[in-house]
Amino acid sequence: MIEICDIRFRWDSEAPVVLNIPSFQILAGELVFLEGPSGSGKTTLLNLLSGMVLPEQGSVSVNGEIITRLTDGARDRFRADHIGVMFQMFNLIPYLSPLANVTLPCSFSSRRSTMAAKNGGSLASEASRLLTRMQLDDVATINSPAYQLSIGQQQRVAAARSLIGSPELIIVDEPTSALDNEACQMFIKLLFEEVKKAEMTLIFISHDTRLAEYFDRRISLVDINQIA
Amino acid sequence: MKYMNVGSIIHLSILSLLNRRLAVLLSICAIAVSVSLIFTVEKLRQDAKRSFADTISDTDLIVGARSGSVQLLLYSVFRIGNATNNISWRSYRSISDRDDVLWSIPISLGDSHRGFRVMGTTRDYFEYYRFGRGKMLELDGGKPFDDVFDAVLGAEVAADLGYKLDQRMIIAHGIGKGGFTKHDDKPFRVAGILKRTGTPVDRTVHISLAGITAIHVDWKAGAPIPGMSISADAVRKMDLTPRSITAFLLGLKSRLGAFKALREINNFSKEPLLAVLPGVALQELWDLMSTAETALRAISIVVVFGGLLGMLTMLLTNLNERRREMAILRAVGARPHHVAGLFVTEAILITIAGIVGGLCLFYAGLFLFQPVIEDIYGLFISVTAPTVNDLMILLYLLAGSVVAGLIPAVMAYRQSLSDGIIVRN
Repeated sequence: MIEICDIRFRWDSEAPVVLNIPSFQILAGELVFLEGPSGSGKTTLLNLLSGMVLPEQGSVSVNGEIITRLTDGARDRFRADHIGVMFQMFNLIPYLSPLANVTLPCSFSSRRSTMAAKNGGSLASEASRLLTRMQLDDVATINSPAYQLSIGQQQRVAAARSLIGSPELIIVDEPTSALDNEACQMFIKLLFEEVKKAEMTLIFISHDTRLAEYFDRRISLVDINQIA
Repeated sequence: MKYMNVGSIIHLSILSLLNRRLAVLLSICAIAVSVSLIFTVEKLRQDAKRSFADTISDTDLIVGARSGSVQLLLYSVFRIGNATNNISWRSYRSISDRDDVLWSIPISLGDSHRGFRVMGTTRDYFEYYRFGRGKMLELDGGKPFDDVFDAVLGAEVAADLGYKLDQRMIIAHGIGKGGFTKHDDKPFRVAGILKRTGTPVDRTVHISLAGITAIHVDWKAGAPIPGMSISADAVRKMDLTPRSITAFLLGLKSRLGAFKALREINNFSKEPLLAVLPGVALQELWDLMSTAETALRAISIVVVFGGLLGMLTMLLTNLNERRREMAILRAVGARPHHVAGLFVTEAILITIAGIVGGLCLFYAGLFLFQPVIEDIYGLFISVTAPTVNDLMILLYLLAGSVVAGLIPAVMAYRQSLSDGIIVRN
């Protein structure tokens, strides 16, 4: 699913090398827990995998496509079509309703739009199905802006958004850091159910090692990143 | 592939604008006010010009004492300012008797009635004077003056002073609102009232040349001759041919002869005279006013610029708060130009709303104030659809809004490239 080959990355030519990964793979359908202390390059890796930045050398391939060879536009399109992303917090466009936030990726990807419509009958019904799966039945019908939701609710809406239209790869960056333990457990449970059902690959970035036991594989960025 | 179509960007922009409705509304208001101001300035400019140009029609030459052509035009036709000198009746006779002259209207100014100017003329005035596109003067009631002490009022004079036919009125010497010596020994009678013309005629009291002579018969050098008083009845029996008049209008048999007549009148040997073509004098007047026009335009442009700056400030202020929003959009697959497009679209939407608001404001004001302006300033403002010129202004404004929107757009574009998918705090 993911194949990294001999990449080096720095933010500009003067800056120190942040990532130097000779080789790293993730198989399709794997649920990977990626840990690392802050400053170890987790966010940079996320940017590389999603095609937001390019490495100085080496190649990154996702879902069989060598994304480091694509043009800027093609990478943006590739991300829209194949990758669902979710952050630590502030995942939602504040002025859109929860439902509109969930369907947002479908405005940028006809592939995900088609998939979502196929899965749920229509875009809106697929979005409310996902929200219901995230135990947000009451939120699906809310027409007010998303910023009125609680943080836990916002994270689950964001999860639904990353899942809509079944992208092959889901990357989540510390999605549970703002949640209490109970909400965190529930979140992971719900996320896993959907990811497994749709046979997606999941990269879960976190420094909360207690969560690692739920995953197929636990990777420490410090181990694969050979800087200095 | 451009899946993110223009429609969804506009949809996103609208929701984003609604989310900040107060700031957006203020920006829209600023643009609306500037649009209505620029339209008002343009309207007044065009209609004032048209109103001026419509005051005189079918007159080939205006003749007066030698001064400036604009001054001659202003005092003889628009009742603005005063003549420096009079011209002799004999000169007038000799020119109006020329073979190429079809008609002539003598004008004698210098007196007033309660702030309205009194003009001495002949009955030819009612027959030959034309305004607008060759329209004749029409009486609303009564008849043109017949007797020495008959007066024909312009529509506004009658309306303002509430004068009816046969009412008596006293004419004052000099021009102004009182404090002048009055010709109170020789009262006039309202013989007729003219229909509204939308020209200075409405604000004029017309009497016969004989009337002018009659009220000044016992005067000398602008004051009554002490100890000499001739009654109105006695005056009627005197020879009331004027010795001088202020100016006269000429209609020629052939318009082509105007230049020849002009040259000959300007070279008139017995007295220094000035003849002008009304169109040429009007053009000179426009040239004189062009500085003021340019200044007014410059001010409106600055106001429009201010409106756009207000909008730009609002868009830039929000830029930093919206970094996460941009990162989210990028994460779900938006291209940097989609992010930029969002800002440009917002600028365009605000401007369009401002233009619509401005037009509403302008037309509402036009409907509301049109009668008032006509009443007070005698300026008839027509309610018309925006002209091509107006539409061009709006087009420039829209172009300006695109430029204003591009500034935050470029910044957001760069920001979203350097932020990557995650906004680091």
